[in-house]
Amino acid sequence: MILTVDHVTKYAYDVPMGAAVQSLRLFPSRFEGQREIEWLVTIENGIRGGSFRDGAGDKVEGWSVRPPVDEVVVTVRGKIETFDTSGVLRGHRELVHPMAYLRETSATWVDDGLAKLAEEVTQGLSEPLQKAHRLSAAIGEAIAYTPDVTDAHTTAAEALAQGQGVCQDHAHALIAAARSIDLPARYVSGYLLASEDGAPHEAAHAWAEIWVQGIGWIGFDAANSCCPDERYIRLGSGLDAREAAPIRGVAQGGGEERLDVTVALGQVQQ
Amino acid sequence: MTDYFNEMFDGGKVRPPYNGLDGWTREMPAEFRAMKQAEAEALFRRIGITFAVYGEGGDPDRLIPFDMFPRVFTQMEWRKLERGIKQRARALNAFLLDVYGRGEIVRAGRIPARLVYQNDAYERAVSGFVPPRGIYSHIVGIDLVRTGPDQFYVLEDNCRTPSGVSYMLENREIMMRMFPNLFRENRIEPVDGYADALRRTMASVAPAKCDAEPTIAILTPGHFNSAYYEHSFLADLMGVELVEGADLFVEGGFCWMRTTEGPKKLDVIYRRIDDAFLDPLCFRPDSMLGVPGLMDVYRSGGVTICSAPGAGVADDKAIYTYVPEMVRFYLGEEPLLENVPTWQCAKKDDCKYVLEHLPELVIKEVHGSGGYGMLVGPKSTKEQIEAFRHKIIDDPDNYIAQPTLALSTTPTFVEEGVAPRHVDLRPYCLVGDKIELVPGGLTRVALTEGSLVVNSSQGGGVKDTWVLAE
Amino acid sequence: MLSRTAENLFWIARYMERAETMSRLLEVGARISLTPSAGHGYRSEWESLLQASGTAEGFAEKYGDPVQRNIESYLFFDRDNPSSVISCIERARENARIVRTAITGQVWDTLNTAFQDIRQLERKPRSEMETSDLCDWVNRQSSLLRGTMDSSMLRNDGFSFMNLGYALERADNTARLIDVKYFVLLPSVSMVGSGFDNYQWQVLLRAMQSHRAFHWAYGGEITAAKIVDFLILNPSSPRSLMSAAQKAMRHIDSLSRFYNQPSGPAQERVRGLVDALKATRVPEIFDEGMHEFLTRFIHDIGDLTALVQRTYLTGEAQ
Repeated sequence: MILTVDHVTKYAYDVPMGAAVQSLRLFPSRFEGQREIEWLVTIENGIRGGSFRDGAGDKVEGWSVRPPVDEVVVTVRGKIETFDTSGVLRGHRELVHPMAYLRETSATWVDDGLAKLAEEVTQGLSEPLQKAHRLSAAIGEAIAYTPDVTDAHTTAAEALAQGQGVCQDHAHALIAAARSIDLPARYVSGYLLASEDGAPHEAAHAWAEIWVQGIGWIGFDAANSCCPDERYIRLGSGLDAREAAPIRGVAQGGGEERLDVTVALGQVQQ
Repeated sequence: MTDYFNEMFDGGKVRPPYNGLDGWTREMPAEFRAMKQAEAEALFRRIGITFAVYGEGGDPDRLIPFDMFPRVFTQMEWRKLERGIKQRARALNAFLLDVYGRGEIVRAGRIPARLVYQNDAYERAVSGFVPPRGIYSHIVGIDLVRTGPDQFYVLEDNCRTPSGVSYMLENREIMMRMFPNLFRENRIEPVDGYADALRRTMASVAPAKCDAEPTIAILTPGHFNSAYYEHSFLADLMGVELVEGADLFVEGGFCWMRTTEGPKKLDVIYRRIDDAFLDPLCFRPDSMLGVPGLMDVYRSGGVTICSAPGAGVADDKAIYTYVPEMVRFYLGEEPLLENVPTWQCAKKDDCKYVLEHLPELVIKEVHGSGGYGMLVGPKSTKEQIEAFRHKIIDDPDNYIAQPTLALSTTPTFVEEGVAPRHVDLRPYCLVGDKIELVPGGLTRVALTEGSLVVNSSQGGGVKDTWVLAE
Repeated sequence: MLSRTAENLFWIARYMERAETMSRLLEVGARISLTPSAGHGYRSEWESLLQASGTAEGFAEKYGDPVQRNIESYLFFDRDNPSSVISCIERARENARIVRTAITGQVWDTLNTAFQDIRQLERKPRSEMETSDLCDWVNRQSSLLRGTMDSSMLRNDGFSFMNLGYALERADNTARLIDVKYFVLLPSVSMVGSGFDNYQWQVLLRAMQSHRAFHWAYGGEITAAKIVDFLILNPSSPRSLMSAAQKAMRHIDSLSRFYNQPSGPAQERVRGLVDALKATRVPEIFDEGMHEFLTRFIHDIGDLTALVQRTYLTGEAQ
């Protein structure tokens, strides 16, 4: 499948700010499921900094905007060919030991509810792969897709207790549950082409990856009860949403920030 | 009653390194000594060498107590230590490069993966990165204790930003000023090359992109920090700028200093702030001390940070047990310096032993430092021991235990004259294109009679440390 | 030089100058309070002195009515008052500690000693100290610092940043002092003859420790025009606005020479300021309105300070 991406993120400030600095993780991962055709990331009036590929295989690029800064506009335009790998992250070069993904973060802190859910649904199973599938399904059922009831700071435990949330909450809850039964898990950010049935998911998407000994990292999208296929574009990963954020940035000063994001994903007819 | 090794007196006999000091103290009149002590204090205060003690009221400009009685090593003793320290520094750096790379030592089963990769000090953000010359820890401070003429133990390693080197330099400066005759009569190896060596070390790890004489700066958390004096002292001696996070910014893949003549490119940062505060975009988002975007510049090779972020995983007290293993694995050598036998409370059997022997052991927090959060069994009351027992049971992973070592003593000036007090030693090993060790270090002394805790925050003092020339 | 280092040096001087201004105000207020007023009781200028020091609001909040004892502690020893002598000296010393290696040992000693001494003074019972002694002490510290700077510092950028701090702070402080009392200098008032309050102008001159100098410089009858000339336009009066502006100009010029930079906006601005003062005559000030003139000047100095800030203290590419 050939997908096009048109993604504009605009931070507007009510008063002019000092210098703005951004760290972008907005580049498609290199693995058997993706082949980059063209991909351009720019920041209006920005100065491109250094770039590198980190130990988890993600490309990161620094940018800065000189003061005074009224707004920061990050634009991603790209075309990419995708293949279904049944969720398996095959051919992805990375160095970080899977065990580094057993660490808890404040967003993926495991409470009794998460621990109990993880234990119950995987009871009697010995295969990690089965456990992962079972967990993903259980989280999808336990948290109903409901926009606007959670925010960026909602933790996995809170989302589960609430029974509602968006893809970030599904991913956090799945990661936390997996780690609680010693399965290394991580947060993945990317894009998803909305399905033809018009399921109400944003094009900017997030899901989880779970490490299965013998196979490697496998993606699980609990929100859509599936594993990522050719409708997904993978960008980067981290211990939680904050670490995997496609854009991390800061502008110096006390102004109020207003965020405006538009993402358009299209499929090129062949 | 434990028998402690006295570094000066062997029975009634003076050990050779101290020959030159025996007469000196014997002949020193009490008034002269008091006068010199006052002179030393006035000098320290004038220079401004003070330190702040966390969480205490009182004088914010407290002086660290200085004992005028030097601690002495022979050239032979020192050479042996030097070889051991350099060996250890090499092994620790090899370990860091490895665990942020392929992790061969873990794959080989020589260190448990959990200890490394689930360690809080393991920075996933730098994995896959090879810093200039492959060095993560450019200044390795190794804390040593002595229990006999030939018996030294490593108490702990400091791979991040070992402090206290300014005392090593100032103690010598003040001794030379007050007792020039001692230096005429005893041939003592100089330590004042340290600042130059440090600058050379930093310059030797400048990024590949730096094509001119590298610009170096020391990054301090600021003037409220207890070690600010040391930061400004070192910057001055090295002839480099002392900067705070707000003095720096990133642009175009480089790090810049704000100067009165506009931005100036910075190539090497000797940071004296913790990893967590270096870059709010990468680590703690609430950090006001760091430089946003610094880690991206670092990882793309625009600037070198010393010590490298993530270096802390090598000096963790749980990893400490495995340092001899690192020496064997990476260097194919037998360790020249011994570790203190250590029980890991995280291990069930060890924990059981520890809980049964609390009154004889020293218990430390895995991530603690500065002598805080530790229990010295033989010096503690029943209540203190019981309180610690509960702490260990609640969180065994957080504690290790070691036998109470019979720390050596050296003569120290006290109220009544001269008396033996327990000491340790921290030499500073520099790792760059060369591995260097100035002949000397910081000797810390427990000034309270019988005390084994030498930390300055716990009432310890410092001494000048001599290495005799051949 | 690091921009922050320059900023620390700049502020050492500003705080010391401010400490001196505060102590002068205190001295004058205390002196006036010893003068009987018409009818009964004593004169009091505390209200207007608090105004001049910019601390009236903070004081009212803490104490309410201006009672001399309270004012004295507020202006001298109160850390809640950011402009008190002790606050200024502590901050000057802290700024010096931060850039300890950029100043000479003598300059550090002076500031550190002042800091240690005022902490001693603070512990003494107030009844044992005369206000005039305290004020003398401050003036001495301030003179000592200027002296050690002059005799021990290299004539480099750091020296200029300190002096720039002195000049800009003094220009601002003097203008504000005059502004508080400007109405007594209005010719309309003096023309009424008896209306020209003889002691009011003394307040001003004394506040600037310039009453003797004034007589030396002018002699004869005291007129509003002479005082205005002395405090604003006369380049030989060390506290005049003209003196301060010229000093600022000298040091901004030194900086651009030191850095081998062409004349920049800060330089043009200060030159414009000095030239305008040179071209000004006393009657023109009265015509414009003294208050309006001073307001404009304070504003100009603020602009100049901001330009210095932007040019040297942000470290950004110009």
